[in-house]
Amino acid sequence: MVKTIKNKEKPGQSRADTSVASNSAVMEFAADEPLKLDCGKEISPLKIAYQTYGTLNEARSNAILVCHALTGDQHVASEHPETGRPGWWTAMIGPGKSVDTDRYFVICSNVIGGCMGSTGPSTINSDTGTPYGLQLPVITIADMVRAQAMLLGKLEIPDLFCVIGGSMGGMQVLQWAVDYPDRVFAAVPIATAARHTSQNIAFHEVGRQAIMADNDWLGGDYLKHETNPRKGLAVARMTAHITYLSGEALHQKFGRNLQNRAALTYGFDADFQVESYLRYQGSTFVDRFDANSYLYMTRAMDYFDLAGDHGGILANAFKGTFARFCIVSFTSDWLFPTQGNREIVHALNAVGANVSFVEVETDKGHDSFLLDTPEMFATISGFMSAAARKRGLD
Amino acid sequence: MIQTPISRTPELRKDLALIADMIEPGARVLDIGCGEGELLSYLFEAKGIDARGIELSQAGVNLCVSQGLSVVQGDADTDLINYPEKGFDVVILSQTIQATQKPHIVLEQMLRIGHKIIISIPNFGYWRVRLQLLFNGTMPMTKSLPESWYETPNIHFCTIRDFENLCSNLDVTVEKQLAVDSRGYSKLISSSRLLMNFFGEKAVFVLTRDAGG
Repeated sequence: MVKTIKNKEKPGQSRADTSVASNSAVMEFAADEPLKLDCGKEISPLKIAYQTYGTLNEARSNAILVCHALTGDQHVASEHPETGRPGWWTAMIGPGKSVDTDRYFVICSNVIGGCMGSTGPSTINSDTGTPYGLQLPVITIADMVRAQAMLLGKLEIPDLFCVIGGSMGGMQVLQWAVDYPDRVFAAVPIATAARHTSQNIAFHEVGRQAIMADNDWLGGDYLKHETNPRKGLAVARMTAHITYLSGEALHQKFGRNLQNRAALTYGFDADFQVESYLRYQGSTFVDRFDANSYLYMTRAMDYFDLAGDHGGILANAFKGTFARFCIVSFTSDWLFPTQGNREIVHALNAVGANVSFVEVETDKGHDSFLLDTPEMFATISGFMSAAARKRGLD
Repeated sequence: MIQTPISRTPELRKDLALIADMIEPGARVLDIGCGEGELLSYLFEAKGIDARGIELSQAGVNLCVSQGLSVVQGDADTDLINYPEKGFDVVILSQTIQATQKPHIVLEQMLRIGHKIIISIPNFGYWRVRLQLLFNGTMPMTKSLPESWYETPNIHFCTIRDFENLCSNLDVTVEKQLAVDSRGYSKLISSSRLLMNFFGEKAVFVLTRDAGG
């Protein structure tokens, strides 16, 4: 049931089938346990790659599910097997941290449609023997959450002490509270929204068009032809990366500084540091991420609209929720601004839910949730402790 | 940036203690303008009440939430409309109504979302306030109203009598009325209304409105 396989890949090569789970545990679901999707189709067999940290208590009541963002993965608090870098949320999760792995059992799984071991567009389609590519049905946030619920079922975890995540992870947190109201004790959606805005969709479309315009994309079949739309994916990442930062943060970091040169070159090389930085971000991203996965992830976020699913009234989505919520936004986040987070707060107030809401002042933009943001840590530590006390976990 | 939570003095501010005494264990409570969560903490520690709070100041909210209190950043003038009708047994507004844009609308909203309203107000009819204006000819500043006129958030001062008049205009039933003097000594305002409007530094009102009122 659980496999551990190392994934070695040379830069420049196309990503092979990523069933190689990069030292993660993999839960496999047989053909008779399909994942039912919002689009009406099913995926089977299904694989979910995941990591766990800490120990599940005897009552199985201390489980925390961490939901990762668009380009995140299950390596939340341990070294990433491909980049060798620390887990993406080690500032938040670990022994003695805000999400304390000495007290809680932390689970993080790669979302469906991803490229780090869970079933996604680079997985071999058992019907054809070749990678799914665009034959994989379009995935929604609710589909991701349904898959996570299947994983928890196999792990025999009846309900979650907490679901936590930022950005696309925050969307999953909200979806959990809506779809499984009796299985979520506490919910921490960070820097997120109950729906993707027109502007959000617009940026995603630019990214997708960049990928699809790359001659190596080949209609999504690049793996079969052993190519990789590196340039398109890198441009998609560069655009997106700008949206994760604030103008102020970019200015402070780079200003108009020149890159290893004394004067402008009157050409189109990376004269400016910010250009060089973005090119670097794009090129390293391509080494660890699959272009088709990027299409699927962005689409899932675009389709997210909790109010739309509930007669246009967001509060209706939260009727029947028992969870305690802690919502966090950041002053300089213009991608998922405070207003969108506040709309969630208002909807939760309308149904009398237990909700805390903190806006953290920072100039670091949307990415603040991933960074060393002490006020966020203090907020979440306090919220977690109080929730644990309520749950009888102390 | 959040510091280590400040240690709470065991003694609750006098007007807050008065309010806390009026709340039954198990009540659903909303504290509007909950500051740094003094009353919320006390209600939880002393009565096991899991109350909710709204606070305008971000620093106050963050301090509350980092202590495990359920508090949202919000504005009494604009955000009460989001709460459901009669969602709370008790809705509290302590020393805040004078800082709202439209006190009468805030009061209406509180009556809509709560069965019982507890409001504490600084009394602008307090004798020290009257004397400062009378003899100094300056806008009054007292221990409970420490800011200068140009930097105070308090834009709608009233006296105890003013507030009574508002309640009467809004068709609100005053269930109970207390005045607190500068030493925190409290007394029911009854026959000696005139004196209380003079000696009361703060006042606490318990309000209800009959269904359909």
